[in-house]
This record gives sequence, structure tokens and C-alpha cells, in this order.
Amino acid sequence: MGTQPNPAGDDFSKRLEGVATLSAHGITKDFGALRANDSVDFSIMPGEIHALLGENGAGKSTLVKMLYGVLQPTAGEIRWKGKPAVILNPAAARRLGIGMVFQHFSLFDALTVAENIALAIEGAGAMSQLRDRITKVSAEYGLPLNPDSVVADLSVGQRQRVEIVRCLLQEPQLIIMDEPTSVLTPQEADDLFVTLKRLASEGCSVLYISHRLEEVRAICHHATILRHGKVVAECDPKQETAARLASLMVGEEVRQLNPPEPVPDSAPVRIAVHGVSQPRPHPFAVALDNITLEVRGGEIVSIAGVAGNGQDEFFDVLSGEVLAASGTIEIDGNDCRRQGVNARRRLNAAFVPEERLGHGAVPRFKLSQNVVLTRNGTREGLVRTGVVNFLGARSIVGRVTEAFDVRKGTPDPEAAALSGGNLQKFVVGREYDRKPGVFVVSQPTWGVDAGAATTIRQALVDLARAGSAVLVISQDLDEILEISDRIAVISHGKLSTPRDASGITREEIGLLMTGVSDDGQGAAHAH
Amino acid sequence: MRIELIRRPERSSAMSLLSPIIAIVLTVITGFFIFLAIGVDPLEALYIYFIEPLTAWWTVEALLIKAAPIILIAIGLSLCYRSNNWNIGAEGQLVAGAIAGSVFPILVPEWNGPLVLPVMLLMGIAGGMLYGAIPALLKIRFGTNEILTSLMLVYVAQLFLDWLARGPWRNPEGYNFPDSREFDGWQVLPVVFGDDVRLNAIFVLIAVAVAWFVLSRTITGFQISVLGQAPRAAAFAGFSQKRMVLMTFLISGGLAGLAGICEVAGPIEMLRTSVSPGYGFTAIIVAFLGRLNPVGILFAGLLLALSYIGGEGIQIVLGVSDQITRVFQGMLLFFVLTCDTFIFYRVRFVSTRRSAAAEATP
Repeated sequence: MGTQPNPAGDDFSKRLEGVATLSAHGITKDFGALRANDSVDFSIMPGEIHALLGENGAGKSTLVKMLYGVLQPTAGEIRWKGKPAVILNPAAARRLGIGMVFQHFSLFDALTVAENIALAIEGAGAMSQLRDRITKVSAEYGLPLNPDSVVADLSVGQRQRVEIVRCLLQEPQLIIMDEPTSVLTPQEADDLFVTLKRLASEGCSVLYISHRLEEVRAICHHATILRHGKVVAECDPKQETAARLASLMVGEEVRQLNPPEPVPDSAPVRIAVHGVSQPRPHPFAVALDNITLEVRGGEIVSIAGVAGNGQDEFFDVLSGEVLAASGTIEIDGNDCRRQGVNARRRLNAAFVPEERLGHGAVPRFKLSQNVVLTRNGTREGLVRTGVVNFLGARSIVGRVTEAFDVRKGTPDPEAAALSGGNLQKFVVGREYDRKPGVFVVSQPTWGVDAGAATTIRQALVDLARAGSAVLVISQDLDEILEISDRIAVISHGKLSTPRDASGITREEIGLLMTGVSDDGQGAAHAH
Repeated sequence: MRIELIRRPERSSAMSLLSPIIAIVLTVITGFFIFLAIGVDPLEALYIYFIEPLTAWWTVEALLIKAAPIILIAIGLSLCYRSNNWNIGAEGQLVAGAIAGSVFPILVPEWNGPLVLPVMLLMGIAGGMLYGAIPALLKIRFGTNEILTSLMLVYVAQLFLDWLARGPWRNPEGYNFPDSREFDGWQVLPVVFGDDVRLNAIFVLIAVAVAWFVLSRTITGFQISVLGQAPRAAAFAGFSQKRMVLMTFLISGGLAGLAGICEVAGPIEMLRTSVSPGYGFTAIIVAFLGRLNPVGILFAGLLLALSYIGGEGIQIVLGVSDQITRVFQGMLLFFVLTCDTFIFYRVRFVSTRRSAAAEATP
């Protein structure tokens, strides 16, 4: 075991009583040469909300998948109530009494809540009985659900409730939750915490995976911290500061950003979007509704919002991959609503989409080829009379590598061979290298380790300082509050009026996310 | 014991080269046992199948003649397949090219000057392109599945050719045989090499060289690969999916049409009810056997032509059914696709007992 700060704390003495619901002993998991988990020990007591903390890639998901029978450990032992258990598959885990709520929901949009639950439970019994049980359990735990609603009509928070109720119907003694709040508004998250505390008070254990330190400190009784697949510390998160937890996760003091400077009103507007509307391209997309936004040179404007509220659609319209049906989009005064992505790049705009692999980069292409991907139409000499200058592309790879500290095994590897953080640094660096006047980035640090995230955020700040207009679309409130000059919120395809970041609170952003100020409805619909 | 496939971080360039060689070796070894099982001397049979065709000049020529149209078509198909456009109808485009290229020699037989052959070739290319444009435009406009439409159009083209050869274009002096008049003089593809190797062998070399350059050096080749591997990234790069559908179908249709007119103006020297023993379909195998790489396709085409010639030889000498050709082609494709796995994965043998013990004491 690792260090144990505050071993004499109240929670700890309480904790040592009784038999652990589940314990792991020397769990190791190898994927080829990569050791994802290295001899992990930890135990979850009855009625405990146990946080599993770690950066992306620390091995949290791998560990949890082994507990739920999705993966098998290479070595080590899992004990269930003190007895060795081999969990061959998720069905076996459910039979033991382990339930799991995944980060990405596994629900059928076209079916009702009751039908979805019936599909997942072995021997669910008669439908009418099941519907009664759903109503009863959901009311009991403060998770109101109508068993006859069609899942497609539910908000993200409500969908998560379906998953939780599905879990609860099987009367589990351990519920595993994988980053449950990453898709929720702050208010929805608070509701969830009430439910979790209620469950714990009844003796059910909760394994809570997250990298959001504040919420872990608020609700968890105990925390196990993973770094590079190893347990580096165990602690009572209530006794620790968020900064200390962060440095345990990262293994070093987290570097602070140099804050941006205030932007004078006289700074020129570099990208102006006026009255852009766009019908939904397919039934599960979001229509854009009369979006207006201006970003001046020198400032960072962020768009917050719960996933699936029109962020992807707005990005596509900004980049020119999709041409907006109405309104105007001006880059440095040039109307480019009817122009494609390369024409906009020639106006010195640059774009980084949310999805790295398959959108921002071709996975099986070398980095140099991926340079050509976004810079083939920018008239900077990479393509002359139809012939590609791969040598020039390789020298750009060298520049980006140096500027952004992209770590890679060979000088010019395939994009898929890079880790998420390094590929993201490359994808951002590839555009940064052009010194764009307008920079639109979606989810700049999604799934990226803290070191890479700081590098990327610093690059955005530097770019703004040099006079560029930076527009960030993100679901990470911490990130938005850290780097933005102004913040707007997108909800149901509508964009709120941007407000100064210094004068807005988390709660206000949360209310805007749910669309309360617009139409008075409480739920943020995903689709 | 357990066998594990472990994903390589990157494709192995050594295995890309080795995989076809291993596949050929495995095919030969399996062939050895097949010959043994059907009761012929395996070494002699393998010699006749794989070596003897290369020992006589006339069989080498026969091999080149067979390989030329297959390679030409496979080059075009490789562009299609790389961009995720599944043109299965090269056989039909070949027939369309043969018909279009034969218009002048059949309808205006008295025109026999130096210009007639280039016109025939261009019309053959145009015929194949137009026929290839049909499934492309259907896909672009209506989202139809090009695999189905291009394949079905093969039968339309073949039946149309059958009707032409038996009906309006039949040679009036041909004793009622379902053939057109024979082409002669300037209407025939000249021999450039040996006794029978014609101009289309040169076209093959040009096509291989141009395709290699386009795919590896130009933005067009780059577009083809991006569109095939990541359509979303292609849109981000500013490439148009629809334009590429049409372009690759036009190129592959044009090359199939060229192969078609070269058959008619070459070895056959007339239009018949059938002008190809299925070159358009064999080319699909060759395209994949050559892993959609122009140089690979050149070798794959020669190898497949060898399997045809060797199959004929073994039938003549040992009396083994020439169905053995199909067995060998099937095995070859099977082993190539199997060995391709090792480009992206490596094998690890894990002794269950020992590894369990080893992992217990870390």
C-alpha cells in the first residue's frame, strides 16, 4: 500500500471494522508491453463511497473493467466479502451483486425505459410488474422516472437515471460509477450525490471514478489514487486539499497558467457570426437557432454546455465543413458563409475538432501526412502543381514536436501510435504553427493528461496575447474558467449572450446550461 | 499453451514485404499435399505448375498476354478500393470498352489508316468511362450501393455484346458464326515484343508508373487515401467525397475499357459473344493480392497469370482437372489475407502453466 495520510482520522478507524465488500490483491494487467495496472491493492468497505482517482491513462478504467468481469487480470486476486472470486464476465459480476453505470450509456433510443431495463435484466418477469418496480425504486431513491417514456426523449441526466435504476433493480451491494458527472449539469450532479449518499447509508458500497477533485472531496469517504497503473496513495479526501490531491495524481506540483490580460474594446473583431441558423441534418442532431457571436483579437471566448446541445453542429458550421443555411460568418471582415474549410484557412483561420482520431487526424497516416491533411489548401508550398512536398511536411512535424514537446518513438510515426495527450498536442500544434488569426478549438484538452493540458491551454493564451481571436468549445468548466475572457453557453442549439468570465459563477453557468433562462425548462436535452 | 495476437503500435513494413512471400510458400506447401492426396507426384506437379511455364519463351509470352489486361484493370480498381468505392463491375466496363472501340472497324471497315487505332483506343477508354460513370452517378445522386449496381451492369453489358455479335454486327460473310468481321491492318494492335506481346504491355508499364506516382506523390493520391480511411477527416481537409466517387469510377472504367479494346484489337482481332474469360473479376483478386499497390499489382498479376498457364499445363501433362487453378488461386488469396494480419499484429505463444507461475511471483 502507499502512504496513508491521517491514519488516525475518524473515517479511518470506522473503516477498519468488518469485512470489505470487495478487495483487490496484487492486481496486474498487461496489454502487450504496456502494464496498465501494476500490483494494485485496495478494498471497499460496506456503505462506503470510495473514490478511484487518477489522470486519464492512469489505469482506472482497466481496473474497473476487471472488477466488472469485462477484462481478466494478468495476475492477482479479487475477493468478494473476503472470499476469492473469479469474475469471468459482467453477468457473473451482476450475480455476485456488482452493478455498473458506464460513462457512455448503453440504451436503445427507440425503446421505452421499461423495455430497456427488461432487456438488461435476466428473468425480468412480467412487464407490468417490472414497471411497478421501476416506479417504486425510482421514487424511493429520488430518481423520478416514467417507465413508459421513450429514451430518445430523455435528457442526459434522465438517461443516467435509467442506468442507475437498472442497476438498483438488481439489488447490488456494490455500484461502480465511471465518471458519472462528466455529462451532467452542476444541478443534475447535486441530485446524483443525494442518491449516492442515500445508497451508502443503506450499506451499499459505491466505487466512484472521477478526476473532479471538488466533488470527490464533497461526497467520498475514502480515496485510492492511481498513477501510471500503481496505487500511489490512499487517503480520506475530506482531509486533503484539492491541490494536494491533484499533485498526488499528477506526481508533481501542477504548473499554473499565466493568466490572460484584459482586452481593450478597441481591439478589432476577427470572427463575427450573425444570425446563423441551420436545420438539423438528421433526427439525432441539433438544429442551430439564430447564433450570434463576436470574438475580438486578443481574447479567448469559451462556449460551455452539456454534450449534444449543438456544439458539433456549430463547429462544423464555423469550420466550413457544413455550410450554414442562413446568417453571416465573417473572418476579418470577409463573409465566408458559403466558403469551404480551405477557403477559411486561407483567411488565416484554423480549426481543431473534438475527435482527434478520424476527424482531426487520420489514424493510420504518418504525422507528416497528417500535416498535409489540414495544410494542403493553405498555399504555403506544401502542394505545388498537384505534387505534395512531404519533405516540407516532415520539417513542420519537427517544428511542432519541438514547440509542443510531442513525445513519440520514431521521427514520423503513425498518428494512432501516439498517446492521446501527445496526439492532441500535435493536432493543436499543427494549427498553432501557422499562427492563425482566428483559432476555433473544440474540447482542446479532452482525455489529455494534466501536463499536456497545461501546454495546450498555455498555447491558446499565448495565441490570444499575440492578437488572435480564440474560440474554445468545451465541456470542462474548470478549463473554461481558467482561460476565458468571456463565456457563452450553448443549450438546445441556442447560444447565450457571452459574459465576462470574471463576473460569472459556476451556478449561473449551470443554469444557462439547462436552458432555464431561455425557456424555463429544467432539463438539458442531449438530442 | 495459448496463442495471442498482439497489436503492433505501427504497421510493420518488413511484414508488408514478407507477407506475400510467406503466403506463396504456404500455398506451395499446401499444394504439395493436395497433389499427394490426388495421387500425382507432387514435385513433378509443382514443377509443371510453377516452373515449366517460365522455361519456354512461348509460355512466357502467353503469360504476359494474360497478365496485361488483368494488371491494367487491377490498377484502376486499386484507386477505387483505396477510396472506399467498391467497383465490382470492371468486367462490364471492359465489355463496354470493347464494344465502343469496335464501332469504327465494324461499321466503317474501309477506314484503315494510321489514325484508326488511336481513335479505337480512345473510344474504348470513353466507353468504359461512361459505363463506369453509371454506378458512380447513381451513388452520388441516390445513394445506391455501387457494389450491386456495378455488378448487375456487367450482365447488361455482356448480354448487349451477345446480341450485337449475333445480330447487327455479325459478319455477313462469316458463315453464320456469331462473330464480327476480322480486324486487319491499322485496326490491329501492333506486336512490340517477341511473337505476340502487343502494345498493351507498354500501356501496363505506363499505368503502373503513373499510378505509383499519383498515389505516393500527388495530392490526388493523398485525397484517395484520406477518403478511403477517414471520411470525416477528408471533409476536414476540404476534400469532396462525391467528386472522388466519380473520378475513381471514371479512371477504373477507362482502364477496363482500354483493356477491353486491347483484347478485341489484339489477340482476338474481332468482336465475339465473349471477349474476356473474366479478367474484370480476376483483377479484383489481383488488386488485393498486390495490396492495392501498383508495383504489388504488377507482380500479383503475373502470378495469377502463371496460375492460369500452369493449370493448363498440368491438365495437358498429368491429366489433372484445370479446376486446380481455382484451388490455387483461392489458397493464394486466403494465405495472403491471413498473412496480412501479421502486418498489424505479432504472435505471442504463451505457455499457460509457466506464465501463471511467472506472474504469481512478480
